Parts: sequence; C-alpha cells; structure tokens
Amino acid sequence: MKKDINHSLFNAGLIKESLYESFRKLDPGKMIKNPIMFTVEIVTAVMLALLVYIVVSGDESQGSLAYNFIVFVVLFATLLFANFAEAIAEARGRAQADSLRKTREETPAKRIDRNGQVRVVSSSELCQGDVFECVAGDTVAADGEIIEGLASIDESAITGESAPVIREAGGDKSSVTGGTKVLSDRILVKVTARPGESFLDKMIAMVEGASRQKTPNEIALTILLSGFTLVFVIVCVTLKPFADYVGANITIAAFISLFVCLIPTTIGGLLSAIGIAGMDRALRANVITKSGKAVETAGDIDTLLLDKTGTITIGNRKATKFWALNGCEVQKFVRLCVLSSIADETPEGKSIVELGREKNVLIGSADKDGAKMIRFTAETKCSGVDMPDGRRIRKGAFEAIRKLVETAGNVFSPEVEKIVRKISQNGGTPLVVCENERVVGVIELQDIIKTGIRERFERLRKMGVKTVMVTGDNPLTAKYIAEKAGVDDFIAEAKPEDKMEYIRREQQAGKLVAMMGDGTNDAPALAQADVGVAMNSGTQAAKEAGNMVDLDNDPTKLIEIVEIGKQLLMTRGTLTTFSIANDVAKYFAIVPALFIASIPSLQVLNIMHLHSPESAILSTVIFNAVIIPLLIPLALRGVTYKPIGASALLRRNLFIYGLGGIVAPFVGIKLIDMIISVFF
Amino acid sequence: MNTEILGVVLQWVCLVVLCYPLGRYIAKVYKGERTWSDFMAPAERWVYRICGIDPNVDMNWKQFLKALLAVNLFWFLWGMILLVCQGWLPLNPDGNAGQTASQAFNTCISFMANCNLQHYSGETGLSYFTQLYVIMLFQFITAACGMAAMAGIMNALKGKTTKAIGNFWVFMTKSVTRVLMPLALLVGILLIINGTPMSFDGKQTLRTLEGNEQVISQGPAAAIIPIKQLGTNGGGYFGVNSSHPLENPNAFTNMLECWAILIIPMAMVFALGFYLRRKKLAWCIFGVMLFAYTAGIVISVSQEMGGSRQIEAMGIAQDMGSMEGKEVRIGSAASAMWGMTTTVTSNGSVNSMHDSQTPLSGMMQMLNMQINCWFGGVGVGWMNYFSFLIIAVFISGLMVGRTPEFLGKKVEAREMKIATLVVLLHPFVILVGTALSSWLAVYDPELASAWLNNPSFHGLSEMLYEYTSSAANNGSGFEGLTDNTDFWNISTGIVLILSRYFPIVGQVAIAGLLAEKKYIPESAGTLKTDTGTFSLMTFVVIFIVAALSFFPALALGPIADYLTI
Repeated sequence: MKKDINHSLFNAGLIKESLYESFRKLDPGKMIKNPIMFTVEIVTAVMLALLVYIVVSGDESQGSLAYNFIVFVVLFATLLFANFAEAIAEARGRAQADSLRKTREETPAKRIDRNGQVRVVSSSELCQGDVFECVAGDTVAADGEIIEGLASIDESAITGESAPVIREAGGDKSSVTGGTKVLSDRILVKVTARPGESFLDKMIAMVEGASRQKTPNEIALTILLSGFTLVFVIVCVTLKPFADYVGANITIAAFISLFVCLIPTTIGGLLSAIGIAGMDRALRANVITKSGKAVETAGDIDTLLLDKTGTITIGNRKATKFWALNGCEVQKFVRLCVLSSIADETPEGKSIVELGREKNVLIGSADKDGAKMIRFTAETKCSGVDMPDGRRIRKGAFEAIRKLVETAGNVFSPEVEKIVRKISQNGGTPLVVCENERVVGVIELQDIIKTGIRERFERLRKMGVKTVMVTGDNPLTAKYIAEKAGVDDFIAEAKPEDKMEYIRREQQAGKLVAMMGDGTNDAPALAQADVGVAMNSGTQAAKEAGNMVDLDNDPTKLIEIVEIGKQLLMTRGTLTTFSIANDVAKYFAIVPALFIASIPSLQVLNIMHLHSPESAILSTVIFNAVIIPLLIPLALRGVTYKPIGASALLRRNLFIYGLGGIVAPFVGIKLIDMIISVFF
Repeated sequence: MNTEILGVVLQWVCLVVLCYPLGRYIAKVYKGERTWSDFMAPAERWVYRICGIDPNVDMNWKQFLKALLAVNLFWFLWGMILLVCQGWLPLNPDGNAGQTASQAFNTCISFMANCNLQHYSGETGLSYFTQLYVIMLFQFITAACGMAAMAGIMNALKGKTTKAIGNFWVFMTKSVTRVLMPLALLVGILLIINGTPMSFDGKQTLRTLEGNEQVISQGPAAAIIPIKQLGTNGGGYFGVNSSHPLENPNAFTNMLECWAILIIPMAMVFALGFYLRRKKLAWCIFGVMLFAYTAGIVISVSQEMGGSRQIEAMGIAQDMGSMEGKEVRIGSAASAMWGMTTTVTSNGSVNSMHDSQTPLSGMMQMLNMQINCWFGGVGVGWMNYFSFLIIAVFISGLMVGRTPEFLGKKVEAREMKIATLVVLLHPFVILVGTALSSWLAVYDPELASAWLNNPSFHGLSEMLYEYTSSAANNGSGFEGLTDNTDFWNISTGIVLILSRYFPIVGQVAIAGLLAEKKYIPESAGTLKTDTGTFSLMTFVVIFIVAALSFFPALALGPIADYLTI
C-alpha cells in the first residue's frame, strides 16, 4: 500500500479530478485565502472586461484583439495552474486517505447491551463508551481499548506489516484500531472514539483541506509575499503617471503583464500545495499528524529522545556468555542455567536455552518432570525452578539475588561482584544464578545494536539534532551502549518522571524536543514534548497526548519525521527564492518592452534582444504561467534534504534556486520569444 | 587627475581605518564600561537630575518608544515657537524676521526628522539664536535619537530573554556627551583653523576686486557645520551648503567634512559587533555596505571625471571632468565622492549641485537613498539594514529547513508583518509622491513649468529625487525643482514624518519582540548569519526588493536621460 502511490506522482484519474477542482477553486471567495493569486484573478477579470470593450467598440488603441486575447488566456491559465497545484496535492492526499478509509467502511459490530445481550449493529451506530465483542475472523469496528481478553490481530490493513500482533486487556498493548482483523481468541472492546472522529478521520479531513489551517511559518511567509505583491501594485500603478509625464504610452495589457510577472506567483501558486504535500508525505510514511504545525515543528527539533529497546537495539537482549564461579564446573553451571529457563517464555529465557544448546547442554523432558516453575514477579525480581529433588534454582538481577542469598545467611562471594562489574562495563546485563541460595555463576546478556543505526545518528548530528537514549539499564551499561551506538546522551535507570524532567530541562534551555512513546505512563512526557509520536499499538492515553501517531509502531520513524519537517520548510524557502530571483530577468524583459515604442533609445535595456515589445510581454507572461506546472512535481516531492550543515545547505540551495532562479527565466523567456516571433 | 583619485582613495582609507576603533569605543559607552570620556559623567548626572530622569530604570520597548516620541514632540514645539518668534529674540544682528507658521512647521519637521530639507536659506531665514538653539540643537538631538534607538536594539538583541531594552534617556544623553560632542569639537576646531567663521557679528560688507560692494554673511558657522556632518543631518549653515567657501574653505576641510559624514554610521556597525560580541557578524554587514558604497563611488567618480559626451562632441577639452555645478577648488572626483557619501547616509549636505551631475551619478545617488541602508543615517541606517536582515533571515532560514531565527530568537509572523510594512513604506511614499506630482504636472502644464527647470526625463528625475530624499530623510535635492511651494512643503512634510518615525517604531518593536522570546542555543542546523553566503543573500534581497522596485521609474528618469542626451 505504501508503494503503489509513490510510483505515480500523477495518474489519469487524479489529474482529471484535479482539473475539475481547479475550475471550482476560481470562486473568488476561495481565492481570497491566497492573496497573491487573488490579485491575479482581479487583473484577469480586468483583462476580460477589456476584451469585451475591444469587441464591442472595435477600438484597437490598447493593442489588437488577438494580442489581448492571448494575454487574457495566459493569465487565466496561470490561475488554473496554481489551483491545479493545490488540487492535485489534495487529490493525492485524498487518494492516500481513501485507501486507508476503505478498511474502515461499514462493518458489522457485535454490540453488548447493558443487560449483556449481544446485538449486531453497524459500526456507524457505535458511540463512545459502547462495548463490542470480536472473535476470530471479525473486523474491529472502531478504535477502542480491550477491556477483556487477549487476541492476535492482523494490523496489515493499517501498517502494512503482515505479522500478527498480540493485544490484551490492561497494560500498554490494550488498544485496537478500527479496520484491523482479529485472528484468534475473543476480546471485548470499549469504543474510545466515535467512527468518523478517530485520529485517522481527523487526519483525512485535514489532508482534504477542509480543516487545514495555515501553519505559523506559512502565515509569516504569506505576509511577506503579500508585502511583495503590494510593492508591485505600487510600482505598476505609479508607473502610469510617470509614463504620462514623459509621454510614453503603455497599454493596459502591458501594465497587467508587468504586474503579474513581478508578483511572486510561482511560490504563491504552489504554497498551499507544498503544505498539503508535507502532511501527505508524513501520511505516506504511515504517520498520522494531528496538525500541519506538528510536521513543521518536527523540522526544528533539537533533541530526540529515543527508547533504547527497539530503536537502538534489536528488541530483546540475548545471552552471550556463561560465567561460572570458581569451584563450579562449567558444564554443570550451564545445565543449571538452562534448567532455570526451560519454562521461561521471555526472549531472554529462550536465548539462554539456545546458548545452552550451542554448548551441547540439552534438557530432556524427563528432567522437567515434577519441576515447579517459579514465575518472575515484580516483588521477588527473579524467576527459576524448584526441582523434584528439592534443589531451588533462581536467576535474577544482582541486587535481588544478593538479597536472597544474604537472607538465607550465606556469604555472597565478592567474585560475583567483580564479574558483574565486568559485564556491565561491556554493556551487558548480568543475570546472577544461584542454587539453594548459593551463587553458582552469572549469565551475560547483551544488547544487539541495530545495524546502520550509528550512521543514522551521525546524520542527525549533522542536522543539528541531539540524540538521547532512554533506558532502564544501569548507568554503566547505558554508557557502553550509548557510545557504541553513537548517541549524544543517555538517561539510565529511567523512570517516566526522568523523561519528563529531561524534556523540561531541554525546553527551558530553549530547545525543541521530540519523543516517541506507547505506554500510559509516557503520556505526560508525550504531551510535554514539542513533537510527541505515539505508537499506534500504544494506549489511548498515549495517542491522545502525542501530536502524531505512527501506524507502523516503528521507533526509528522519528528520524524520518524530522526530515519530512525540514523538507517542508526547505521547499517553501527555495521556491520563494526562485520566485523572487525570477524578477530580475522579468524586469529586463518587460520594462524595455513597455517604453521602446515611445523612447527608442531604451532598446539598450533589451539585453535579451527579444523580438518585439508584444513578443517580449507575451513570452514573459507565458514563462510566468508555465513555470508553475513545471514546478508542481518539486512542490509535491519536496526539495531533497542533505544533512551537510546549515551554511553548506544555504550555499547549495542559493546556488541551485537563487542563481538558477536568475538564469532560468533569461533562457526560458528567450526561447519562448524565439518561438512566438515566428507568429508576431 | 591622478591626485584627485588619490584624494578619493585616501578619504576612503581614512574612513575604513578609523571607524573600527570608534565602533569599539561607542560599544563601550553604551555598555557603561570605563572609557577616557568618563569625566563627562558628572555632567550627565546633572542632566538627569534637572530632567528628573532615573538613569537606572530599564525600559521595555513600548516605554522606550514612548520616551523617544515624547522627546521629539517636545522639541518640535520648542522649535516652532522659537522660529516664529526669532525676530524678537536676541542674537539677530542682521534683523531677520520670524518664519511664517507653515515655513516653521516645515523647518521643524525636517530637522526633527534628521532630514534637513531646507526650504529657506540660512543667511536670511534664521537668526544666530535659532541657528544655534533650533538648528544646531536639533542636529544633536535627532542624531542622538537615532543612535539611542540603535543602542536599544543592540541591547534587545544581546539579552537572552528579556523585556527590558535599556534606558532611552541614558542612551540619548551619552550619545551626545560621549560621541557627538567630542567629535564635533574636534572637527569644529579644525574648521576654524582653516577659515570657517565663528563669530556673532553681523554681515560684513567688502569691496571686491572689480570695485563692487558685496555683503558677506557670517556667524557661528563652525559650531554648526561639524554636527551637521557628524549627525548625518546635512542642513547647511549657508544656503548652498558645503559648496560655500566659508562652510567648506579648502580641499582639507572638504575631506574632513566628507569623512565626518560617514564615520559614525560606519562605526555603528562595528559598535554592534563589539556590543553583541559578534565581530564576525559586524564584518559581514560592514562588508556588504562597504561593497555597495564603493561600487557607487567607482561609478560616480568615473562618470563625473569622464565629463559629458555632448561637450566632448563640441570639441571642448574636459580635463577636469564634468564641472557644471561644481566648485573648482573641490574638483569632480571629490564632488562625486561626496555625492555618494551624502546619499548612502541620510546626510544630504552637498558640495556640488547634484542636479548638474551626469545622469548615472544622479541615478546612483537616488539608488543609495532608495535602498537607504548602506551605512545610512546615524543609528537608523543600520536599523534599516536590520529590517532587510530579518527578511533575509526568514527566507534563508526556510531554505535550510528550520523555522528562521536571528541571534537565537525565532522570527515569526508578527516580526515579519512589521519588517514587511517597514520595507514596503519606503517605495510606497517615494513612488506615490512622485506619481502624484507627475500626475499634477501632466494635467496642469503651468504648474509643471513653475516647478521644474527641466522637462521630460530629467524633470521626472527631479521630482523622484525630491521624494526619495525626503523618504530617506536625506535632505539633499535636485535643486532644479522649485520646492518652496505649498504642495511640496506639505507633501514632503508628510513623507518626512512617515519615513522617520514609522521605521524607528517598527524596528525597535521587532527587536523588543525578539528580546522577549525564548533564546534558542545554536546547533549544527542553525543558520549562521555571519557568513559570506548569508551576506550575499542579504545583498541580493536588498537589491531585488529595494533597488529593482525602482527600476521602472529609474528607467524613465535617469536611465532614459542618460540614453537620450
């Protein structure tokens, strides 16, 4: 789903729809939102009135009917092109949204009434707070929270990820999304958002432009561009008395052309398309943003808080080494370790069994008979097994085991401490194993750092973004991993309050902070952060608190989001520069054309040697119009962001879009003039 | 010929070399650090006590502006009364009458606005008393006002997050006592040594070589001329300004006076660097300004020294260049240099008649004033550059993918609104004013012939120059225009008020708003404003936005003039 739209920037259906939209957008009530293009609309209307006058009176003092007609057509096309840019951006967003929405069309829901009766209703009839039931094979009717049961769910419709995920009541994985499919078991779901009011629906509405609000930067830019437009209103209006005074006659068409070419129509026409495309790109990355502002803010992020697990390291730790204590036979120790983990379903436990197998320690089912499994509890902080022969094998964190050993009145060997420190310094996590409250050895668990993550952090550093790793590990381990992964800072033994505290501190220093989270206890920090990305698998509270939701539950997504934000701002900046730089050539094309008839010596200013005043004016307005559709792909795709430092980036963009903006119209106008001069 | 060019180069070098230490000194003064001029402190305390000023009050930007506008209003009324009543006041040996209310209004406004658009002649229009207590006083006050405003902006940009931007009264007082007074004293003494009069005697009657009697005006000229130059005021003691042999006796005084025009505006750029501890930023801004100024000099000097093609065609030698409207003791190169210097700043004093310079020189003079931020008036020139800087920061900030920020403060919609309006105002008043006068001239040819010495392109230039000069608070003129009529008095008066106070209020407000914002520490993603690339960007923004919007008007004025004569 992600890919198929990426390939075709334009497809026939979208273009047709957008063309229709571009005409509808000519409604002055809608145009006035874009002051620059609105002025173009006004002067186009003036041209139309002039045409009518010429046709009725036959007076050709304002130039021939054909010439004026062409000017009018080109101006009208300029308007349509600008509208088309906006329309196609909206249409693309809508297409993307529609494909998401398909999954959430009317589905039957088994609502449970107050008296416990199950009634099948349509999903649209569900209200917030309603409870419905889903069994294997059902589609979840609305966004909600599991209040009872556990189920494996296929979320591929939303995330594109085919592996099913487990969702269960209570805890951080209790949330389900409408449109996903229950594959096994039975759950009761409480509706948290009315169909049509979920995040996705809000997002879709935003992309469609209905509730899209201008972002702060967009407003500031609109002010600047309107200012430029006003300058050129003054320049063109005052030119009339000047020309009258020196006895130069300028036609209305020439005045209007000068005006339309000088005002920043290129950026004016593409501005809203750029904004929509930015949110669209976020959606394409499977990130739902609650507002366009959030995307923009993402580009300004200074500090990025990343959870270690899942982001920097691959999900879970793996056992990498068995450290037997002196006096304990290695093979026997390994056997003990494997025994302690034989019924341990956690990934760590599994990895211990696996490592034991590599050491040729195999446990048959006979060994397990009669063994009593001791589960991990928050209280004891250790797990293990009670063997039929009365042996008690336990494994757990250093402190937990020490307490266990010392309570039993046994001596805790200082050798253990030594090993534990060694493991910690290497970034490993020690798991101390004891038999009958006597320590026999330590298992070393290691984090596996994701490949390529170091390069990503390097890229972020070049963007000026500081990365902070958040982990529950002890400071020694955290430091090791932080260095190995190349993050700038870390929070060890992190509690949710620590995250919050860190974010506050950074914000007080004037920095913008982004973080990702999923749990309810992350919610305050998500709300505090300037950009809070909640995972779709996270709790409703987390999703409400953040300003973006990542459908893929991919913690590295933050990096992509920052780039999307930067791209959005850059595209605006570069196209503004391009648009303004274009004016240099346009001045030299039109100003001589205005006066040559009355003041022939101004021919010197016609440095492009354009064929005639008419052809000069026509080719400039044509260039001015055509450049808009030519730049639509760039506006929609966004300018490529390269993390090469701000100064180098400015130099690069200034060279491409500034210098390019000065040169391109010289070439373009001259070429168009050469073609036109055949007819005029 | 070569000596003349050497003189221009020497002057340029003297400016560039001396502005740096002066800038450092000015920064120290505003920071309140120890300087050699601390002996003025008792005098300053005395001023504070008399005026009831508490120098320790830190003002927010609104209070700061209120103080600035209040002091301007007070002195305006003061000037009005004195000018109207000068006939009855002392120190009037020539018995000059009081000014009419409308003339006094024009004089007061134009001197309050640091413009000095003189619609009177000093010899007959003023008494010695008003020369000193209106003209000279205003020349100190308005210069100090501009400098104080800039000091407030510097202070606002320096603070991490603050509401207070400093005490206007202190900045203003110190600008006079520590900067303007000492420099004016130095320049004044040098002028007296070279023959500029400083007396309270009335007119002298002399018998010329031809045997005719000539009445020579004199008076306390040497007191007024230095501040006229240093404060970018430009209102001459004598009607013809620094082309008058008593106002500007020889080549040395010419160089000195020309130096005095630009030294403080140049130094203010470095003062900013020292004040903010951002010397590199100061060098970058200075580089852009100096480049533009120097380019103007090269064009104008070569035009003036090259002479006129028509005269050339007549077979008349022009070894001295185009000498129409110029003083022989000054020469064409030094006149061109002065023309550029007086227009890049908002000075407006002249040592030759700009109307008679070649068309392209005239165009460069207009362009300098239309851009109005290549060094510019004392304090306010840099502030105009600041408006463009904000716009350049905004566009370049977006180009590097970050919400734009300047010196650690985010530039957002409110600042952009103000900066855009300030930048917009300048072309607006100039073009609308000129359009209005052109329109009147077209529909009432009688009016046109009464106003203008020259028809067609040069006539348009004369009108364009007048409004440009008013809007830039410059005060020089293409004197072919008969500007002492109700229309010109009123219309330029309005332009003067708008272009003086509106930008100052806007720019101080921007700085005040920025100061209140959260400080964002620099990171690798932050746009650096002290690089060559950004300087180029600022130059291009200024050139495209400010200069090119006048291109159509200039094409019909000086460019057409140049191409058709």
